[in-house]
Amino acid sequence: MADVTNLRSPAEAGLSKLFESARKSFATEEAISREEAFRFFEATGLPSRRVEAFKYTDLRAAITEAAPPAEAPAEDAAKAAVAGATSFAKIEAVRLTFVNGHLVAALSDLDRLPEGVTVAPLNAALAQGDARLKRLAPVEQARENPVYQLNTAFLADGALISVAEGARPAMPVHLRFVGAGATAFSTATRVLVELGAGAEFTLLESHEGPDGVAYQPNDALDVRIGEGADFRHARLNAEGRAAVALSTLSVRLDAEARLETVNLVTGAVLSRHQIYLHVAGENANAVVNGAALLGAGQLADSTLLADHAAVGGVGREMFKTVIDGDATGVFQGKIIVRQVAQQTDGKMKSDCLLLTDDGQMMNKPELEIFADDVACGHGATCGAPDDDLLFYLMARGLPRAVAESLLVQAFVGEAVEAVSHEGARAELIGRIEAWLAARG
Amino acid sequence: MLEIKNLVVQIEDNRILNGLNLTVADGEVAAIMGPNGSGKSTLSYVIAGKEDYEVLDGEILLDGQNVLEMAADERAAAGVFLAFQYPLEIPGVGTMTFLKACLNAQRKARGEDELTTPDFMRRVYAAADTLEINREMLKRALNVGFSGGEKKRMEILQMALLEPKFCVLDETDSGLDIDALRIVSEGVNALRAQGRSFLVITHYQRLLNHIVPDTVHVMSKGQIVKTGGKELALELEASGYAEYRTGEAA
Repeated sequence: MADVTNLRSPAEAGLSKLFESARKSFATEEAISREEAFRFFEATGLPSRRVEAFKYTDLRAAITEAAPPAEAPAEDAAKAAVAGATSFAKIEAVRLTFVNGHLVAALSDLDRLPEGVTVAPLNAALAQGDARLKRLAPVEQARENPVYQLNTAFLADGALISVAEGARPAMPVHLRFVGAGATAFSTATRVLVELGAGAEFTLLESHEGPDGVAYQPNDALDVRIGEGADFRHARLNAEGRAAVALSTLSVRLDAEARLETVNLVTGAVLSRHQIYLHVAGENANAVVNGAALLGAGQLADSTLLADHAAVGGVGREMFKTVIDGDATGVFQGKIIVRQVAQQTDGKMKSDCLLLTDDGQMMNKPELEIFADDVACGHGATCGAPDDDLLFYLMARGLPRAVAESLLVQAFVGEAVEAVSHEGARAELIGRIEAWLAARG
Repeated sequence: MLEIKNLVVQIEDNRILNGLNLTVADGEVAAIMGPNGSGKSTLSYVIAGKEDYEVLDGEILLDGQNVLEMAADERAAAGVFLAFQYPLEIPGVGTMTFLKACLNAQRKARGEDELTTPDFMRRVYAAADTLEINREMLKRALNVGFSGGEKKRMEILQMALLEPKFCVLDETDSGLDIDALRIVSEGVNALRAQGRSFLVITHYQRLLNHIVPDTVHVMSKGQIVKTGGKELALELEASGYAEYRTGEAA
């Protein structure tokens, strides 16, 4: 076999250079292996359409330049950036504010954490080799993912959140990510969350940044849900319109654990949200929903891997994509049911509403089942708003645009209604209404 | 009130209405009866403004204004109401949200103020009570999981709230049991008034025992072929549609 050498793209060469200069600032004894991650990444490079998992989202083509990692902002600059941040802003929550990927203590509520919740800045945890970092190693498949490897290699900051056994903090924690700047920059953050047995915890996560700046956030959230614990997560991608936003959520569920995660995407020119689930304990329950509202030029990719490795797991995955202009939606969903995972009940579906003839939707659902006593299914649909429904609404006096908006809202709303936190749900529904209103 | 002149309509090259003429006076309840496939439902959709149909000729005048030039929502604001034969289920759209949006859209189109929430609620509850509609139903998504009878009652509730001028009831009796038929008919009868006319489309004379028409028209092959008083419905019930079916394809 002939040796094939891929030519490195300018962005890949740039990333290597950036890694070389960044390594000077890394602590010597870290709990994560950046070097290894970057070598892995370098071997494959930015994934292109030749790589099956990135067939519809060609990062090699999308990322033409390696944006330099953003520096930690001065306090005044951070305050100015956050002043305009609106996501989940009205919700009473313990806020952890990240500006350009760096935790800003002055804009965070580290001193008023609810009982049973501890937060350690990731920088400190890394330098001290915090043992929890090992326990929270992400889902195996995530480690081989180039987006996650890049995150590991360039990881700049984040947080380590622990929720004590049986703790039920009344207030959610809000991870507020705000980007600011006039030229391209990149960020790499990771937040680790550990829920002790029987704990109940709500995490809100929002991402916003300047329009017109091609910044490149790469955010990871690694969660371990202990036995019988209940983790609720609402995520909003309201990134600036030129951002290339990559994110990875990996979740391990122990026995009887419950997961609810809902992601709403309205921002970024290109976004890819990767979800890795590892159902490690018996009778765990996962609700994984996503909704994307896309306009001209946007691409949003939701990639899901649900790996059932224990008896009696229940998975409900629902993705809704609304496509306007020439936008592209991508859904790749795979359910694996290991031989031990008998009585797994998994249902996954992806529905797309095309508002124009120019948009496109790529659906790739997969099932890999090795157990014989399971109920698993997947479905994918794609279509224009139903003419009969439109006529019914118009015949009652609703103008076409209003009728169409009502149908779109109902369509996307189904995915967002799963959010248990009332305020977060209302905010996400409000975002949908605002998107429809802006569409006119 | 409503005047249809020489209406010719086709869908995908199939001629459905063939020069139909019909006049409904102010305050009149007109019934249209006819065999399957005679074009009754097409007529109701064309009056309400469904876009699938191609109008080749003719006019539909509501108080002298040609509604064929208007979109469905504009016709609704002008006072046209179609009670659907098969009301559609709309998951995710709350019944109350829908009712309020419709009512306010029509008021806005007519240059009227939007209703306040208490006023709106009062009106909905009053109409719901008359139609024996459980208030719990109003909290659900529109028509989702409703029985056939509940859906038809919801149509009449919408009619009562929107106070249209010209109401088309497309086989409103289909799928109704005896009690539901009575409730729905009483709901319609309560709305009979000067300034409001009805076109009641049905296969069966049964409905017309409850909603007694002023005139009965027989439709066949896309035309009105016979017109009479309410006794015509009884004749049809006795003799059937055989004499009107001659030469019909389906």
